[in-house]
Amino acid sequence: MIDTAISAPYVKPAGRGQNLRFYGMWVVAAISLVVLPLVFSSGGSITSFSLIGIAIVFALSYNILLGQTGLLSFGHAVYYGLGGFLAIHMMNLIVAHKWPIPLPFIPLIGGFGGLAFAVVIGWVVTKRAGTVFAMISLGIGELVGSSSLILRSVFGGESGITTDRTSLPHMFGWSFGPQIQVYYLISFWLMVSAILMYALTRTPVGRMCNAVRDNPERVEFIGYDPHVVRYLACCFAGFFAGIAGGLAAVNFEIANSAYLGAVQSGMVLFATFIGGTAQFFGPILGAILVTYLQLGLANVTTVWQLYFGIIFIGIVMFAPRGIAGLVMLHRPLIRAGTLGMMIPSYLLSLLPTLALVCGGVLAIETAARYTQSEGEGKVVHLFGMPFDSTSLTTWAIAAALIVGGFLVARITWRRVAEAWDRATTAARDRGCLA
Amino acid sequence: MTPAIEIRSVDKRFGNVSIIQDLNLSVAQGERHALIGPNGAGKSTTFNLISGYTAPSSGSVLLRGEVISGLPPYQINRRGLSRSFQVTNVFANMTVWENLRCAVLWSTGQRYAFWKNIDNLPEVRDRATQILADINLATRRDVPAGLLTYAEQRALEIGITVAGGADVILLDEPTAGMSRAETERAVALIRRLTEGRTLLIVEHDMSVVFGLADRISVLVYGQIIASGTPEEIRGNPKVREAYLGEEAA
Repeated sequence: MIDTAISAPYVKPAGRGQNLRFYGMWVVAAISLVVLPLVFSSGGSITSFSLIGIAIVFALSYNILLGQTGLLSFGHAVYYGLGGFLAIHMMNLIVAHKWPIPLPFIPLIGGFGGLAFAVVIGWVVTKRAGTVFAMISLGIGELVGSSSLILRSVFGGESGITTDRTSLPHMFGWSFGPQIQVYYLISFWLMVSAILMYALTRTPVGRMCNAVRDNPERVEFIGYDPHVVRYLACCFAGFFAGIAGGLAAVNFEIANSAYLGAVQSGMVLFATFIGGTAQFFGPILGAILVTYLQLGLANVTTVWQLYFGIIFIGIVMFAPRGIAGLVMLHRPLIRAGTLGMMIPSYLLSLLPTLALVCGGVLAIETAARYTQSEGEGKVVHLFGMPFDSTSLTTWAIAAALIVGGFLVARITWRRVAEAWDRATTAARDRGCLA
Repeated sequence: MTPAIEIRSVDKRFGNVSIIQDLNLSVAQGERHALIGPNGAGKSTTFNLISGYTAPSSGSVLLRGEVISGLPPYQINRRGLSRSFQVTNVFANMTVWENLRCAVLWSTGQRYAFWKNIDNLPEVRDRATQILADINLATRRDVPAGLLTYAEQRALEIGITVAGGADVILLDEPTAGMSRAETERAVALIRRLTEGRTLLIVEHDMSVVFGLADRISVLVYGQIIASGTPEEIRGNPKVREAYLGEEAA
């Protein structure tokens, strides 16, 4: 989908150059995956990269449903979790029976776990689209999530099921003990999954998924059964979610009920939506951002979920096509060379908007601290400064930043809108925008 | 010869309301047949019954001698019957090109293929290109269908309908809401695209009906009150009374 949005009027695609650019992107992605841990070599960042890799596979699989087929699922973690559990059980079986299956194949087994479950329940779930689908997916998510605590022999109850990945047969002399080796394993499956999922969007079924998303009624009158199309989308989404679950099992060496839960289902929806569902690369951006925030914010603040909520609401209200949508909005300007017209107004609006955000953060943090802790814990350290949550000054500063920031920002946002009109008009004149 | 479409004593009721009563209609193969009648006569319901959108309460619909009533729309479409909609019904977020490609996929035998690159299917490409040229939207190829003008969307609607190569085509008010010039272009397009196929068309514009149709059937209150050549219909007193009289007045 990335390279089909060519501006009108249509001329035959510059076949060779475009192909080169297209394959170039994948090669660049692969190289960055290889180079990344060499640049940021601390243990913490390699762990983060591993988690981000898993999140990307999971979010991309979710977007097969949400973005490609228009199916809003509230229970996608079911496939992820069952894939993860199957992978864990398989790893333990391999160790117990000394089967010659090396660790790198485990994610694939997770994938087949997710696929098997999708094949069985997907037919019922995808009978209807829209609200009915959303409700059934929610129900199945809750059903599987709660049974994971009841069926102890399969899911290990509260503590989950553990394994030791280094006990599996080694491959290329790698024990997969060190995190860096697991990172490369995840990167490998990330590349494979991303390429396959991208390829899927360019097949007859991939296109029919889009058609079902846009207009399921019409699909029936061009020879296709929308139910079958939705079912296939669900199977593919389940398969790749299972791969992500298998990767998680390898990475954490444990699978527990959190894998299957509503929180996990919510997170993937969140990441995919924030990234943007209309572009293939949207969920990748979303998964990176959300995982990064999850890891980063939780260390800094106790109310990190509140920020998640605010970001989500902000995206839904002001940028419903997500980060990728914002990027694509600027594409014609880049092509027309009129992006420069936007930069002064963007810079101008940055300062008051930042003040507004800082005021908001200060208000949230002092409020959280004021209500949560006693005595000396009432002091908040923000932006390198101490703020006493019991002092009126702190609240006054927060209020001043919010109100003042908003009033000034509103003026600068208007400037941005005017600059946007000029830039897009210019782009239209140069034929870069339909 | 077996008729292309045959409706045998079909009833359609929604609850207690009877929309179609004892409807009988026969459309010969290769014929351009117009279905006319006042608003609320049941023309669109008749289309829905033929195309599988709704099933008849009783009676049967036959396509080239085979019973199709009760089948889902995609089964009927695969047997070579394709319809357009009165309200434009395209894939709004997809480009014109993707709309047409999707419309030819099943008939070129791609079915639910997920192992083929859609860009490497010459038959799909050629047929979509042909239809694109036929409906004069080649310059709008990569515009999302939702951003087309009304007349362009109507042309795309017809393009999608005929793209699959069905030999029985149902068009539901294809020129509704068009200007005179647009209507003339649309009629020329329909004439060209339905060459050698069976056409059943619902239309309010009498110049279109009498210019295009080989035969005309008049539907009033869910029943066919007359069926014949344009001349016969024009001269039929029952039709004049029920329908054309109103128009002339």
